Amino acid sequence: MAHMPTIVLVGHGMVGQRFLEALAERGVTERARVVVLCEEPRPAYDRVRLTSYFDGKTPDDLSMVEDGFMARHAIELHLDDPAETIDREARTVTSRAGRVIAYDTLVLATGSYPFVPPVPGKDATGCFVYRTIEDLLAIEEYAKTARIGAVVGGGLLGLEAAGALKGLGLETHVVEFAPRLMPVQVDEGGGAALLRTIENMGLVVHTGTGTQEVLTEDGSVTGMALSDGTTVTTDMVVFSAGVRPRDQLARDCGLTVGERGGIAVDERCRTSDPAVYAIGECAMAVDGRVYGLVAPGYEMALTAAATIAEEEAGGFTGADMSTKLKLLGVDVASFGDAHGTAEGCLDVVYSDSRSGIYKKLVVDPDGVLLGGVLVGDAEAYGMLRPMTGTKPPVAPEQLVLPAGAGAPVSLGPQSLPDDAIICSCHNVTKGAICACSSLPEVKKCTKAGTGCGSCVKVIQQLLPKPADSGMCGCFTYTRSELYEIVRTMRFTSYAELLDSHGREEARGGEGCEICKPAVASILASLTNEYILDGERAALQDTNDHFLANMQRNGSYSIVPRIPGGEITPEKLIVIGEVARDFGLYTKITGGQRIDLFGARVDQLPQIWTRLVDAGFESGHAYGKSLRTVKSCVGQTWCRYGVQDSVKMAIDLELRYRGLRAPHKLKSAVSGCARECAEAQSKDFGVIATANGWNLYVGGNGGATPRHADLLAQDLSDAELIRLIDRFLMFYIRTADRLERTAAWLERLEGGLDHLRDVVVHDKLGLCDELEALMAAHVASYHDEWAETLNDPERLRRFVSFVNAPDAPDPSVKFVPERGQIKPDLTILTLEPLEGASAR
Amino acid sequence: MMLELSYLDEWLPICDDSVLTPGRGMAALLPDGRQVALFRDRAGRWYAIDNRDPFTGAQVLSRGLIGSAGGRPFVASPLLKQRFDLESGRCLDDEETSVAVYGIRVRELAAVS
Repeated sequence: MAHMPTIVLVGHGMVGQRFLEALAERGVTERARVVVLCEEPRPAYDRVRLTSYFDGKTPDDLSMVEDGFMARHAIELHLDDPAETIDREARTVTSRAGRVIAYDTLVLATGSYPFVPPVPGKDATGCFVYRTIEDLLAIEEYAKTARIGAVVGGGLLGLEAAGALKGLGLETHVVEFAPRLMPVQVDEGGGAALLRTIENMGLVVHTGTGTQEVLTEDGSVTGMALSDGTTVTTDMVVFSAGVRPRDQLARDCGLTVGERGGIAVDERCRTSDPAVYAIGECAMAVDGRVYGLVAPGYEMALTAAATIAEEEAGGFTGADMSTKLKLLGVDVASFGDAHGTAEGCLDVVYSDSRSGIYKKLVVDPDGVLLGGVLVGDAEAYGMLRPMTGTKPPVAPEQLVLPAGAGAPVSLGPQSLPDDAIICSCHNVTKGAICACSSLPEVKKCTKAGTGCGSCVKVIQQLLPKPADSGMCGCFTYTRSELYEIVRTMRFTSYAELLDSHGREEARGGEGCEICKPAVASILASLTNEYILDGERAALQDTNDHFLANMQRNGSYSIVPRIPGGEITPEKLIVIGEVARDFGLYTKITGGQRIDLFGARVDQLPQIWTRLVDAGFESGHAYGKSLRTVKSCVGQTWCRYGVQDSVKMAIDLELRYRGLRAPHKLKSAVSGCARECAEAQSKDFGVIATANGWNLYVGGNGGATPRHADLLAQDLSDAELIRLIDRFLMFYIRTADRLERTAAWLERLEGGLDHLRDVVVHDKLGLCDELEALMAAHVASYHDEWAETLNDPERLRRFVSFVNAPDAPDPSVKFVPERGQIKPDLTILTLEPLEGASAR
Repeated sequence: MMLELSYLDEWLPICDDSVLTPGRGMAALLPDGRQVALFRDRAGRWYAIDNRDPFTGAQVLSRGLIGSAGGRPFVASPLLKQRFDLESGRCLDDEETSVAVYGIRVRELAAVS
């Protein structure tokens, strides 16, 4: 048998693991024995995301080693057993446990150790470093009895540590020797923006001062004395003032090391002994630098693996120090020549102290982008970094101005050249990413996006949309595609649509609970016929089916329409009488109407008979349709009002009532700029001006509030209504299922500008059609409840039991609360009777 | 034709089968107080499961939308949307949960005499 060479890897951190993967990818693990000595008790984990441990990640979540990787490639991993000596003559490594391993090739990936300044008290109980999972566990344990914590070091790791202490509930101090935070990555302006934001979070920052002594009492930390003469009271100290290469092993065996540390390597990552390699943070590259970032470490791992595999490959001569981080929730990024050291270079700076945003780009006199710093908003990093070294297609100031402040650029990654590096952690180009078809494939084939993750968003923009964006298991089409199919092919039935345009396996089936109501809504938008006749009855959600809102005990609530929130005393009395006579719980809604709760299904027709007789009609609270148009009292009564907001609200509500849409629609009209009706939080909101009306669209309250965008100004009544007609019909036509206007507008390619082009400037030539559709809706409106009551056939469904039409549902019961009723939930918690009959 | 439910080893007449809209359910009340959700699908097949939604305790499954997945019929609860297989009563969204299934048949009235 031929001699099988042995490769020994000392150190199993992120770079070590990447090296092993690179060996395996090149088939080296099949022809060589690979032995790994690891000091830590666990295999390689994601040190970059160490802090995420405090967000609930477990040590296992952070693992970098795929299950079965070591076994599959027959790699021998020895945990908890660091290398202690190297004998280069005999070519052996001896571990702490006494293993003596002969090597043909030795790879040192020992990483770095945290630098602890040599101050008195540095070893006291309560002093920690921030480097390993074990460090974190120790900090977490000690913090349980601490109230205040201090971090020495305001760099990248220091702020990570500070974030961790703050997350543990400690009052947190940060001490940084340099005059600003993150001195390596950001410039003065960026540091200032960062400082303000971090101080606003309640952290205390001391810059421009060093740690002189850790004060102790009985051997435990009580405070710190600083070089500016002040003292800080603290229960614990975390040193995070930079790292130093771990090169002791190399020094001991006589390998060349740099003056300031680091095992000297050539561009193939070989040390002064050609049988020994060094990679990652323990190595000093040919440019004389020690790289403390993971991306250059990975590059070195690949270089060493390629050299060992005797492959032709580019060497490692130095690396890009670009970084993008989220520290304490603040985005910080720097790339290229961030400090503007190139001769004759110029700065373009945007700074907004109020919101803690600072952006600086460094360009040469010809406009070539050299680098930059982004603090507070690093959204543009994914695009800007790959542009470094090129002349961006737009003026640099347009690249730093915030969206909506005169920055007309929406530069997509499509504009980047194929050789632009998208993932700087793994050095992956746009061309390589575009060769893949999905994000998982990109991650698997190129590793792009698996490092710091800052490029994932750009990768997603580069990839084709997934082929199957279908609404559900029954259709491959989206809602807007189905809308077009129904409209152009004039479908009037769900079954026809399913059997002709459904997925092969779904045709002839029942459909599902997702597409049935969605198609019902499309049919209703286009035809506006009674929604509960024939097949349509089977498509509606229970709320639409019973024209009321089901509540938790199976009872229903009722909302009569009160247009604009205006109601006569007589009608108010009717609502009160109906509620009293049927024992309903009454509550004023947020949309200026009255909700009546606690009706049994068989009571709905009786209740509505009374309401319809008094002139009420359905409020469509149950439908994905127009809910209410709120209003303030307006010019008629209010001394500030400039228009009659109530009349406009009533007009709008009556015009759009019953309009079926992809989701519910809310609206409001304010009579002046004081905005008492909160129109800017509505799907479409109207605010009076001295000259007419301003129209806002795409607003939302709820879980993800969105301020509405101003679509058009100073409109006349007729102009306003025409524009809303177009807006609503365009939304109904193009939105996804259950997509509110806010999310739709966010998603709409080209955003507000595109919307304005379509509905104001009629760029697509659609406006006539949109207006005609709305005119048809308005002309064919009918009150669903009046129609239901007029037809005995339609009333047949309103029974609790098909075999006992007069029996009320015994599970719908109520108990008193605050003078009204509430559901009796104790009935619902009873387990059902045993003994269901078998088939 | 008469729709009948299996009850205490007998067939209990419920209603005329034309009362149910295809694709939609109705509830029936058994003499012992239990409630049954009855469904009729597009193809005219009948199903009967307990009406009680085990997740909320409310007697509402008969008011859910029915559908089919992988050729098997289900109903989605109108409250929190969990789906139940109409043939087995098994919850498709929670292995631990199921509802009772009842025997159901349609009998020609003319055959009785």
